[in-house]
Amino acid sequence: MSEERRERRSYLIGTLLSILLTAIAFATIPLDLPRGGTMLLIGISAVLQVIVQLRFFLHIDLSRQKREDLQLILFSLLLLGIMAGGTIWILTNLSQRMM
Amino acid sequence: MSQNLHPGLNLGASHGDAHQQSELSVFGFWVFLMSDLITFGVLFATYAASSTPIAMAGGPGPAALFDLTSTGMQTAFLLASSLTCGMASLALKYREGPRRIALWLAVTALLGAGFLALELRDFADMIAKGATPMRSGWLSSLYALVGLHGLHITAGLVWIVVLLLLIWRRGVTDLIKTRLLIFALYWHFLDLVWIGIFSVVFLRGLA
Repeated sequence: MSEERRERRSYLIGTLLSILLTAIAFATIPLDLPRGGTMLLIGISAVLQVIVQLRFFLHIDLSRQKREDLQLILFSLLLLGIMAGGTIWILTNLSQRMM
Repeated sequence: MSQNLHPGLNLGASHGDAHQQSELSVFGFWVFLMSDLITFGVLFATYAASSTPIAMAGGPGPAALFDLTSTGMQTAFLLASSLTCGMASLALKYREGPRRIALWLAVTALLGAGFLALELRDFADMIAKGATPMRSGWLSSLYALVGLHGLHITAGLVWIVVLLLLIWRRGVTDLIKTRLLIFALYWHFLDLVWIGIFSVVFLRGLA
């Protein structure tokens, strides 16, 4: 298969998988599952869809990256993890203590 | 298989200088995207910390304000626009001509405008129900997060118009090739952020 057809197909596959994962996430609301299960399904399909779009739309493929690009992305994710994770951790803890 | 110089769709060796020159600009744009990601991430954290009954301050909550159908349609518009944006990138890479590139870009802009129209209608409905940003801490963080994404989409629409004017006036020059690559990264990135927004804000709010 030529590179052109392969790349065109990659966008279509990415879109189809995204539609599927979005449909799963949205279907949890009318299905009225237990709250824990709903959260888990929404979370898993969101993470999977982010990976799908990174792979098929943004062409992030770890094996072919130049090193500094990969380091940039990983370092940003580390900073984000510390700031966002830390904020949520500290504030939910505070909220529980103030109940 | 041509060698990839940067993350994202590469023009490929057949584009010669434009392929080489785009390396630095695209890397620089990734630095911007990652700092933008941190801005969004911190707003997500603020939102998550504010979506408690205390932070809703007795005001209207998610069940009274969110409309699943509208959120679904916005998601569909944005996902479709991501696909058409990818088609514009491929039209550029495989030299299908400026008309084809411009056509896909215009479709992307129309879908983006459809998304924005629905989002603004939802905001107007919420405000009509008394859910202004000033009503509660939860609503402040909601408008900050969803509104910032909406502003990014608005900026993207202006960007498409500028790109279309440049293609019309100057044709597909090397400089414009690099700008199209960068725009595609920006637009796909906004779709990524939207996955977070519909999951964390709308679906989690209605669950």
